[in-house]
Amino acid sequence: MHISEGVLSAPVLICGAALALGGMAKGLRAVGEDDIPKAAVLAAVFFVASLIHVNIGPGSAHLILSGLIGLFLGWAAFPVIFAGLLLQGILFQFGGLTVLGVNTFNMAFPAMALGLLLRKGINSQRKAAAFAAAFICGGGSILLSSLLVALALFLTGREFKFVALEIMLANLPIMIIEGLMCALVVGFLAKVRPALLTGEALGFEKPAKA
Amino acid sequence: MPAHHQSLTWSKNMSEHHKSQGKRLARRESALKKADPRLKIIAVVVWSFLLALTEQIGAAMAGLAGSVILAMISGLPAKDILKRLLTVNFFILFLWLVLPFSFSYPGEVMARLGPLEITRQGLRLTCLLTIKGNAVALGAIAFFGASSVFELTAAARRLGAPEKMTAIFVLMFRYVQVIGQECARLRLAMKARGFKPSMSMHSYRSYANLIGMILIRSLDRASRIHAAMRCRGYNGRFWLSGEFNFKKIDWALGSLMILLICGVLAFAFV
Repeated sequence: MHISEGVLSAPVLICGAALALGGMAKGLRAVGEDDIPKAAVLAAVFFVASLIHVNIGPGSAHLILSGLIGLFLGWAAFPVIFAGLLLQGILFQFGGLTVLGVNTFNMAFPAMALGLLLRKGINSQRKAAAFAAAFICGGGSILLSSLLVALALFLTGREFKFVALEIMLANLPIMIIEGLMCALVVGFLAKVRPALLTGEALGFEKPAKA
Repeated sequence: MPAHHQSLTWSKNMSEHHKSQGKRLARRESALKKADPRLKIIAVVVWSFLLALTEQIGAAMAGLAGSVILAMISGLPAKDILKRLLTVNFFILFLWLVLPFSFSYPGEVMARLGPLEITRQGLRLTCLLTIKGNAVALGAIAFFGASSVFELTAAARRLGAPEKMTAIFVLMFRYVQVIGQECARLRLAMKARGFKPSMSMHSYRSYANLIGMILIRSLDRASRIHAAMRCRGYNGRFWLSGEFNFKKIDWALGSLMILLICGVLAFAFV
Protein backbone atom coordinates (compact mmCIF):
# COMPACT_ATOMS: atom_id res chain seq x y z
CA MET A 1 0.00 0.00 0.00
CA HIS A 2 3.02 2.25 0.22
CA ILE A 3 3.58 4.79 -2.48
CA SER A 4 7.29 4.92 -3.24
CA GLU A 5 9.14 8.17 -3.11
CA GLY A 6 9.50 10.55 -5.99
CA VAL A 7 6.23 9.54 -7.66
CA LEU A 8 3.70 12.01 -6.29
CA SER A 9 3.55 15.67 -7.24
CA ALA A 10 4.25 18.53 -4.82
CA PRO A 11 0.59 19.62 -4.35
CA VAL A 12 -0.44 16.05 -3.49
CA LEU A 13 2.44 15.67 -1.04
CA ILE A 14 1.66 18.99 0.64
CA CYS A 15 -2.07 18.26 0.82
CA GLY A 16 -1.43 14.85 2.33
CA ALA A 17 1.03 16.25 4.87
CA ALA A 18 -1.40 19.01 5.89
CA LEU A 19 -4.29 16.57 6.33
CA ALA A 20 -2.07 14.17 8.30
CA LEU A 21 -0.84 17.00 10.56
CA GLY A 22 -4.42 18.04 11.27
CA GLY A 23 -5.41 14.49 12.14
CA MET A 24 -2.34 14.07 14.33
CA ALA A 25 -3.03 17.29 16.22
CA LYS A 26 -6.58 16.11 16.97
CA GLY A 27 -5.33 12.61 17.78
CA LEU A 28 -2.65 13.85 20.19
CA ARG A 29 -5.17 16.07 21.98
CA ALA A 30 -7.32 12.99 22.56
CA VAL A 31 -4.38 11.17 24.19
CA GLY A 32 -4.09 12.38 27.78
CA GLU A 33 -0.79 12.35 29.69
CA ASP A 34 -1.86 9.17 31.46
CA ASP A 35 -2.84 7.50 28.18
CA ILE A 36 0.64 7.73 26.66
CA PRO A 37 1.81 4.26 27.78
CA LYS A 38 -1.40 2.69 26.44
CA ALA A 39 -1.11 4.47 23.10
CA ALA A 40 2.58 3.55 22.79
CA VAL A 41 2.03 -0.10 23.68
CA LEU A 42 -0.87 -0.39 21.22
CA ALA A 43 1.37 1.18 18.58
CA ALA A 44 4.00 -1.45 19.38
CA VAL A 45 1.45 -4.29 19.20
CA PHE A 46 0.27 -3.23 15.76
CA PHE A 47 3.85 -2.75 14.60
CA VAL A 48 4.73 -6.29 15.71
CA ALA A 49 1.51 -7.67 14.18
CA SER A 50 2.43 -6.06 10.86
CA LEU A 51 5.52 -8.28 10.79
CA ILE A 52 3.33 -11.40 10.70
CA HIS A 53 2.86 -12.81 7.23
CA VAL A 54 -0.24 -14.84 6.42
CA ASN A 55 -0.75 -17.09 3.42
CA ILE A 56 -2.92 -15.82 0.60
CA GLY A 57 -3.12 -18.14 -2.36
CA PRO A 58 0.37 -18.96 -3.54
CA GLY A 59 1.97 -15.99 -1.80
CA SER A 60 1.77 -14.25 1.53
CA ALA A 61 1.06 -10.75 2.76
CA HIS A 62 1.88 -8.99 5.98
CA LEU A 63 -0.99 -7.95 8.22
CA ILE A 64 -1.95 -4.27 8.45
CA LEU A 65 -4.87 -4.36 10.90
CA SER A 66 -5.67 -0.71 10.35
CA GLY A 67 -9.37 -1.40 11.05
CA LEU A 68 -8.48 -2.76 14.47
CA ILE A 69 -6.25 0.27 15.09
CA GLY A 70 -9.21 2.52 14.31
CA LEU A 71 -11.50 0.59 16.68
CA PHE A 72 -9.04 0.78 19.55
CA LEU A 73 -7.64 4.25 19.01
CA GLY A 74 -10.16 6.44 17.19
CA TRP A 75 -8.51 9.75 16.31
CA ALA A 76 -5.34 8.59 18.05
CA ALA A 77 -4.90 6.25 15.04
CA PHE A 78 -3.22 9.22 13.33
CA PRO A 79 -0.20 9.62 15.67
CA VAL A 80 0.05 5.85 16.14
CA ILE A 81 0.09 5.04 12.42
CA PHE A 82 2.50 7.94 11.85
CA ALA A 83 4.84 6.50 14.49
CA GLY A 84 4.59 3.04 12.93
CA LEU A 85 5.36 4.25 9.41
CA LEU A 86 8.22 6.43 10.66
CA LEU A 87 9.77 3.57 12.64
CA GLN A 88 9.41 1.32 9.61
CA GLY A 89 11.22 3.91 7.52
CA ILE A 90 14.04 4.31 10.04
CA LEU A 91 14.46 0.67 11.09
CA PHE A 92 14.36 -0.79 7.62
CA GLN A 93 15.93 2.40 6.39
CA PHE A 94 14.10 2.96 3.18
CA GLY A 95 13.02 6.36 4.38
CA GLY A 96 9.64 7.28 3.03
CA LEU A 97 9.95 10.75 4.55
CA THR A 98 8.41 12.69 1.68
CA VAL A 99 5.39 10.36 1.43
CA LEU A 100 4.98 10.00 5.19
CA GLY A 101 2.15 12.54 5.33
CA VAL A 102 0.21 11.04 2.42
CA ASN A 103 0.70 7.48 3.66
CA THR A 104 -0.32 8.42 7.21
CA PHE A 105 -3.51 10.06 6.03
CA ASN A 106 -4.35 7.30 3.55
CA MET A 107 -4.14 4.66 6.26
CA ALA A 108 -5.32 6.55 9.33
CA PHE A 109 -8.36 8.40 7.99
CA PRO A 110 -10.40 5.34 6.89
CA ALA A 111 -9.33 3.46 10.03
CA MET A 112 -10.39 6.33 12.31
CA ALA A 113 -13.70 6.95 10.53
CA LEU A 114 -14.79 3.30 10.34
CA GLY A 115 -13.44 2.57 13.81
CA LEU A 116 -15.51 5.33 15.42
CA LEU A 117 -18.55 4.47 13.30
CA LEU A 118 -18.56 0.75 14.03
CA ARG A 119 -17.65 0.73 17.74
CA LYS A 120 -21.29 0.22 18.68
CA GLY A 121 -21.68 -2.43 16.00
CA ILE A 122 -18.95 -4.73 17.30
CA ASN A 123 -20.65 -4.74 20.69
CA SER A 124 -23.92 -5.97 19.20
CA GLN A 125 -25.61 -8.77 21.13
CA ARG A 126 -26.20 -10.71 17.92
CA LYS A 127 -23.01 -12.54 17.01
CA ALA A 128 -23.52 -12.28 13.26
CA ALA A 129 -24.02 -8.51 13.45
CA ALA A 130 -20.89 -8.06 15.56
CA PHE A 131 -18.91 -10.24 13.14
CA ALA A 132 -20.20 -8.25 10.16
CA ALA A 133 -19.38 -4.91 11.79
CA ALA A 134 -15.82 -5.99 12.55
CA PHE A 135 -15.42 -7.46 9.05
CA ILE A 136 -16.58 -4.22 7.44
CA CYS A 137 -14.26 -2.23 9.70
CA GLY A 138 -11.20 -4.32 8.80
CA GLY A 139 -11.89 -4.82 5.11
CA GLY A 140 -13.44 -1.40 4.57
CA SER A 141 -10.39 0.37 5.99
CA ILE A 142 -8.18 -1.35 3.43
CA LEU A 143 -10.67 -0.68 0.63
CA LEU A 144 -10.90 3.05 1.43
CA SER A 145 -7.13 3.28 1.93
CA SER A 146 -6.41 1.77 -1.47
CA LEU A 147 -8.98 4.15 -3.00
CA LEU A 148 -7.12 7.07 -1.39
CA VAL A 149 -3.80 5.74 -2.74
CA ALA A 150 -5.36 5.52 -6.20
CA LEU A 151 -6.73 9.05 -5.82
CA ALA A 152 -3.29 10.41 -4.83
CA LEU A 153 -1.77 8.80 -7.93
CA PHE A 154 -4.61 10.00 -10.16
CA LEU A 155 -4.27 13.59 -8.90
CA THR A 156 -0.54 13.45 -9.70
CA GLY A 157 -1.13 12.55 -13.33
CA ARG A 158 -3.52 10.73 -15.66
CA GLU A 159 -0.68 8.44 -16.79
CA PHE A 160 -0.73 6.77 -13.37
CA LYS A 161 -4.27 5.44 -13.72
CA PHE A 162 -3.06 1.94 -14.60
CA VAL A 163 -0.59 1.94 -11.71
CA ALA A 164 -3.52 2.94 -9.48
CA LEU A 165 -5.58 0.09 -10.92
CA GLU A 166 -2.70 -2.31 -10.30
CA ILE A 167 -2.55 -1.28 -6.64
CA MET A 168 -6.31 -1.65 -6.21
CA LEU A 169 -6.26 -5.16 -7.68
CA ALA A 170 -3.29 -6.20 -5.55
CA ASN A 171 -5.20 -5.05 -2.48
CA LEU A 172 -8.41 -6.99 -3.18
CA PRO A 173 -7.34 -10.27 -1.53
CA ILE A 174 -5.72 -8.31 1.31
CA MET A 175 -9.04 -6.56 1.91
CA ILE A 176 -10.83 -9.87 2.50
CA ILE A 177 -8.08 -11.24 4.76
CA GLU A 178 -8.01 -8.02 6.77
CA GLY A 179 -11.77 -8.05 7.22
CA LEU A 180 -11.63 -11.66 8.36
CA MET A 181 -8.71 -11.07 10.73
CA CYS A 182 -10.38 -8.02 12.28
CA ALA A 183 -13.60 -10.00 12.83
CA LEU A 184 -11.75 -13.00 14.29
CA VAL A 185 -9.65 -10.87 16.67
CA VAL A 186 -12.77 -9.04 17.87
CA GLY A 187 -14.50 -12.40 18.29
CA PHE A 188 -11.59 -13.70 20.37
CA LEU A 189 -11.60 -10.60 22.59
CA ALA A 190 -15.37 -10.82 23.03
CA LYS A 191 -14.92 -14.33 24.41
CA VAL A 192 -11.73 -13.85 26.44
CA ARG A 193 -11.84 -10.24 27.68
CA PRO A 194 -15.13 -8.59 26.69
CA ALA A 195 -14.36 -5.61 28.94
CA LEU A 196 -11.76 -4.47 26.39
CA LEU A 197 -14.46 -3.90 23.79
CA THR A 198 -16.76 -1.72 25.86
CA GLY A 199 -17.13 1.98 25.26
CA GLU A 200 -14.85 3.06 28.09
CA ALA A 201 -11.97 0.79 27.10
CA LEU A 202 -11.92 1.76 23.44
CA GLY A 203 -10.29 4.99 22.41
CA PHE A 204 -9.09 8.01 24.32
CA GLU A 205 -11.92 10.39 23.66
CA LYS A 206 -12.98 10.31 27.31
CA PRO A 207 -10.41 11.05 30.03
CA ALA A 208 -9.15 7.76 31.50
CA LYS A 209 -9.60 7.16 35.20
CA ALA A 210 -6.27 6.68 36.98
CA MET B 1 4.90 -9.25 0.84
CA PRO B 2 8.04 -7.11 1.38
CA ALA B 3 10.98 -9.32 2.27
CA HIS B 4 12.58 -6.74 4.58
CA HIS B 5 10.08 -7.49 7.31
CA GLN B 6 11.74 -10.78 7.98
CA SER B 7 15.18 -9.24 8.26
CA LEU B 8 14.39 -7.90 11.69
CA THR B 9 15.61 -10.26 14.38
CA TRP B 10 14.70 -9.82 17.99
CA SER B 11 17.55 -9.97 20.46
CA LYS B 12 17.30 -11.34 23.98
CA ASN B 13 17.39 -8.13 25.93
CA MET B 14 17.71 -4.42 25.50
CA SER B 15 21.43 -4.04 26.12
CA GLU B 16 22.12 -6.84 23.71
CA HIS B 17 19.80 -5.17 21.30
CA HIS B 18 21.75 -1.94 21.45
CA LYS B 19 24.98 -3.78 20.89
CA SER B 20 23.69 -5.69 17.92
CA GLN B 21 21.98 -2.62 16.54
CA GLY B 22 25.16 -0.63 16.87
CA LYS B 23 26.95 -3.34 14.96
CA ARG B 24 24.27 -3.62 12.33
CA LEU B 25 23.80 0.05 11.65
CA ALA B 26 27.30 1.46 11.69
CA ARG B 27 30.20 -0.92 12.02
CA ARG B 28 32.79 1.81 11.75
CA GLU B 29 32.98 5.28 13.15
CA SER B 30 32.08 7.66 10.37
CA ALA B 31 31.71 11.34 9.67
CA LEU B 32 27.96 10.97 9.31
CA LYS B 33 27.69 9.02 12.55
CA LYS B 34 29.49 11.69 14.57
CA ALA B 35 27.49 14.60 13.17
CA ASP B 36 24.86 16.45 15.21
CA PRO B 37 21.54 14.54 14.88
CA ARG B 38 19.63 17.83 14.58
CA LEU B 39 21.64 18.67 11.47
CA LYS B 40 21.10 15.13 10.16
CA ILE B 41 17.31 15.42 10.50
CA ILE B 42 17.18 18.75 8.70
CA ALA B 43 19.59 17.52 6.03
CA VAL B 44 17.72 14.30 5.28
CA VAL B 45 14.34 16.08 5.10
CA VAL B 46 15.58 18.82 2.75
CA TRP B 47 17.55 16.35 0.62
CA SER B 48 14.60 13.91 0.31
CA PHE B 49 12.09 16.58 -0.73
CA LEU B 50 14.53 18.20 -3.16
CA LEU B 51 15.15 14.90 -4.95
CA ALA B 52 11.55 13.71 -4.80
CA LEU B 53 10.35 16.85 -6.56
CA THR B 54 13.03 16.85 -9.27
CA GLU B 55 11.62 16.76 -12.81
CA GLN B 56 14.84 16.52 -14.86
CA ILE B 57 16.80 13.32 -15.44
CA GLY B 58 20.09 15.23 -15.22
CA ALA B 59 19.23 16.66 -11.81
CA ALA B 60 18.05 13.25 -10.61
CA MET B 61 21.36 11.72 -11.71
CA ALA B 62 23.24 14.48 -9.85
CA GLY B 63 21.11 13.67 -6.80
CA LEU B 64 21.93 9.98 -7.11
CA ALA B 65 25.64 10.86 -7.25
CA GLY B 66 25.21 13.02 -4.16
CA SER B 67 23.47 10.18 -2.32
CA VAL B 68 26.32 7.85 -3.28
CA ILE B 69 28.76 10.33 -1.65
CA LEU B 70 26.56 10.41 1.48
CA ALA B 71 26.45 6.60 1.54
CA MET B 72 30.25 6.52 1.30
CA ILE B 73 30.73 8.81 4.30
CA SER B 74 28.08 6.91 6.31
CA GLY B 75 30.50 4.06 7.00
CA LEU B 76 27.81 1.45 6.31
CA PRO B 77 28.87 -1.80 4.64
CA ALA B 78 28.06 -1.72 0.93
CA LYS B 79 26.35 -5.11 1.13
CA ASP B 80 23.78 -3.90 3.67
CA ILE B 81 23.06 -0.78 1.64
CA LEU B 82 22.50 -2.75 -1.56
CA LYS B 83 20.22 -5.21 0.22
CA ARG B 84 18.00 -2.35 1.39
CA LEU B 85 17.96 -0.71 -2.02
CA LEU B 86 16.68 -3.99 -3.43
CA THR B 87 13.52 -3.63 -1.32
CA VAL B 88 12.91 -0.14 -2.70
CA ASN B 89 13.29 -1.41 -6.25
CA PHE B 90 10.73 -4.11 -5.60
CA PHE B 91 8.12 -1.34 -5.35
CA ILE B 92 9.51 0.40 -8.41
CA LEU B 93 9.04 -2.83 -10.38
CA PHE B 94 5.29 -2.19 -10.22
CA LEU B 95 5.84 1.00 -12.21
CA TRP B 96 7.87 -0.78 -14.90
CA LEU B 97 5.00 -3.22 -15.45
CA VAL B 98 2.67 -0.57 -16.85
CA LEU B 99 4.11 2.93 -17.06
CA PRO B 100 6.43 2.69 -20.13
CA PHE B 101 3.66 1.39 -22.40
CA SER B 102 1.34 3.32 -24.69
CA PHE B 103 -1.85 2.13 -22.96
CA SER B 104 -0.96 4.10 -19.84
CA TYR B 105 1.20 6.85 -21.32
CA PRO B 106 0.31 7.62 -24.94
CA GLY B 107 3.08 9.25 -26.95
CA GLU B 108 5.76 8.74 -29.53
CA VAL B 109 6.28 5.00 -30.03
CA MET B 110 9.94 4.05 -29.93
CA ALA B 111 9.90 0.27 -29.64
CA ARG B 112 7.56 -2.70 -29.60
CA LEU B 113 7.47 -5.54 -27.12
CA GLY B 114 5.12 -8.11 -28.60
CA PRO B 115 1.70 -6.44 -28.77
CA LEU B 116 2.85 -3.59 -26.46
CA GLU B 117 4.22 -0.28 -27.59
CA ILE B 118 6.87 1.48 -25.54
CA THR B 119 6.58 5.27 -25.70
CA ARG B 120 9.46 7.68 -25.35
CA GLN B 121 7.59 9.79 -22.78
CA GLY B 122 6.52 6.77 -20.76
CA LEU B 123 10.02 5.33 -20.70
CA ARG B 124 11.49 8.70 -19.73
CA LEU B 125 9.06 9.06 -16.81
CA THR B 126 9.71 5.52 -15.59
CA CYS B 127 13.49 6.05 -15.76
CA LEU B 128 13.15 9.37 -13.92
CA LEU B 129 11.05 7.79 -11.16
CA THR B 130 13.50 4.90 -10.83
CA ILE B 131 16.52 7.21 -10.49
CA LYS B 132 14.70 9.54 -8.08
CA GLY B 133 13.40 6.67 -5.98
CA ASN B 134 16.84 5.17 -5.61
CA ALA B 135 18.49 8.54 -4.94
CA VAL B 136 16.03 9.43 -2.15
CA ALA B 137 16.25 5.96 -0.61
CA LEU B 138 20.04 5.87 -0.73
CA GLY B 139 20.25 9.26 1.00
CA ALA B 140 17.80 8.12 3.69
CA ILE B 141 19.68 4.83 4.20
CA ALA B 142 22.91 6.78 4.70
CA PHE B 143 21.44 9.23 7.23
CA PHE B 144 19.27 6.79 9.21
CA GLY B 145 21.88 4.04 9.15
CA ALA B 146 24.33 6.40 10.80
CA SER B 147 22.01 7.42 13.67
CA SER B 148 20.28 5.75 16.58
CA VAL B 149 16.53 5.96 17.10
CA PHE B 150 16.90 7.51 20.59
CA GLU B 151 19.35 10.11 19.31
CA LEU B 152 17.02 11.06 16.46
CA THR B 153 13.98 11.31 18.74
CA ALA B 154 15.77 13.54 21.23
CA ALA B 155 16.93 15.73 18.36
CA ALA B 156 13.42 15.89 16.90
CA ARG B 157 12.09 16.96 20.30
CA ARG B 158 14.73 19.69 20.45
CA LEU B 159 13.67 20.81 16.99
CA GLY B 160 10.11 21.28 18.22
CA ALA B 161 8.35 17.93 17.74
CA PRO B 162 5.41 17.62 20.20
CA GLU B 163 6.30 16.04 23.55
CA LYS B 164 3.47 13.48 23.41
CA MET B 165 4.47 12.37 19.93
CA THR B 166 8.12 11.81 20.88
CA ALA B 167 7.06 10.05 24.09
CA ILE B 168 4.79 7.67 22.15
CA PHE B 169 7.55 7.06 19.63
CA VAL B 170 10.27 6.26 22.17
CA LEU B 171 8.02 4.01 24.28
CA MET B 172 6.76 2.30 21.16
CA PHE B 173 10.31 1.60 19.97
CA ARG B 174 11.16 0.14 23.36
CA TYR B 175 8.06 -2.08 23.56
CA VAL B 176 8.34 -3.27 19.97
CA GLN B 177 11.33 -5.25 21.27
CA VAL B 178 9.47 -6.63 24.30
CA ILE B 179 6.22 -7.43 22.51
CA GLY B 180 8.18 -8.80 19.55
CA GLN B 181 9.84 -11.32 21.85
CA GLU B 182 6.51 -12.24 23.37
CA CYS B 183 5.06 -12.73 19.90
CA ALA B 184 8.04 -14.87 18.87
CA ARG B 185 7.61 -17.01 22.00
CA LEU B 186 3.90 -17.57 21.34
CA ARG B 187 4.60 -18.43 17.72
CA LEU B 188 7.27 -20.91 18.80
CA ALA B 189 4.70 -22.50 21.09
CA MET B 190 2.25 -22.72 18.18
CA LYS B 191 4.93 -24.36 16.05
CA ALA B 192 5.76 -26.80 18.84
CA ARG B 193 2.12 -27.86 18.83
CA GLY B 194 2.29 -28.62 15.15
CA PHE B 195 0.83 -25.39 13.69
CA LYS B 196 1.56 -25.06 9.99
CA PRO B 197 0.45 -21.83 8.29
CA SER B 198 -1.80 -22.42 5.33
CA MET B 199 -4.69 -20.72 3.57
CA SER B 200 -7.37 -22.11 5.85
CA MET B 201 -9.87 -20.80 8.34
CA HIS B 202 -8.02 -22.69 11.07
CA SER B 203 -4.81 -20.89 10.19
CA TYR B 204 -6.42 -17.44 10.19
CA ARG B 205 -8.24 -18.15 13.43
CA SER B 206 -4.97 -19.21 15.06
CA TYR B 207 -3.28 -15.98 13.98
CA ALA B 208 -6.27 -13.95 15.20
CA ASN B 209 -6.08 -15.69 18.60
CA LEU B 210 -2.35 -14.93 18.71
CA ILE B 211 -2.95 -11.23 18.03
CA GLY B 212 -5.86 -11.09 20.48
CA MET B 213 -3.70 -12.67 23.17
CA ILE B 214 -0.87 -10.21 22.54
CA LEU B 215 -3.37 -7.34 22.67
CA ILE B 216 -4.70 -8.45 26.07
CA ARG B 217 -1.26 -9.01 27.57
CA SER B 218 0.05 -5.73 26.17
CA LEU B 219 -2.84 -3.66 27.50
CA ASP B 220 -2.23 -5.19 30.92
CA ARG B 221 1.42 -4.34 30.48
CA ALA B 222 0.51 -0.76 29.60
CA SER B 223 -1.18 -0.24 32.95
CA ARG B 224 1.89 -1.67 34.74
CA ILE B 225 4.14 0.67 32.73
CA HIS B 226 1.93 3.58 33.68
CA ALA B 227 2.07 2.60 37.36
CA ALA B 228 5.88 2.28 37.18
CA MET B 229 6.14 5.68 35.55
CA ARG B 230 3.96 7.21 38.26
CA CYS B 231 6.21 5.64 40.92
CA ARG B 232 9.15 7.46 39.37
CA GLY B 233 7.42 10.80 39.49
CA TYR B 234 5.85 10.96 36.03
CA ASN B 235 3.68 14.04 35.84
CA GLY B 236 3.18 14.46 32.14
CA ARG B 237 6.69 15.62 31.32
CA PHE B 238 8.64 13.08 29.34
CA TRP B 239 12.37 13.70 29.39
CA LEU B 240 14.66 12.67 26.58
CA SER B 241 18.36 12.80 27.21
CA GLY B 242 20.72 14.14 24.62
CA GLU B 243 23.44 16.74 24.59
CA PHE B 244 23.78 18.51 21.32
CA ASN B 245 26.58 20.72 20.14
CA PHE B 246 27.56 21.95 16.75
CA LYS B 247 31.11 20.75 16.09
CA LYS B 248 33.64 21.20 13.31
CA ILE B 249 32.38 18.08 11.58
CA ASP B 250 28.88 19.60 11.47
CA TRP B 251 30.17 22.67 9.66
CA ALA B 252 31.82 20.29 7.19
CA LEU B 253 28.66 18.23 6.73
CA GLY B 254 26.53 21.37 6.44
CA SER B 255 28.82 22.75 3.74
CA LEU B 256 28.79 19.45 1.87
CA MET B 257 24.98 19.39 1.94
CA ILE B 258 24.76 22.95 0.60
CA LEU B 259 27.21 21.99 -2.14
CA LEU B 260 25.20 18.90 -3.10
CA ILE B 261 21.90 20.81 -3.06
CA CYS B 262 23.39 23.53 -5.27
CA GLY B 263 24.67 20.82 -7.62
CA VAL B 264 21.19 19.33 -8.04
CA LEU B 265 19.62 22.78 -8.49
CA ALA B 266 22.26 23.70 -11.08
CA PHE B 267 21.32 20.64 -13.15
CA ALA B 268 17.63 21.43 -12.72
CA PHE B 269 17.85 24.99 -14.03
CA VAL B 270 20.59 24.78 -16.67
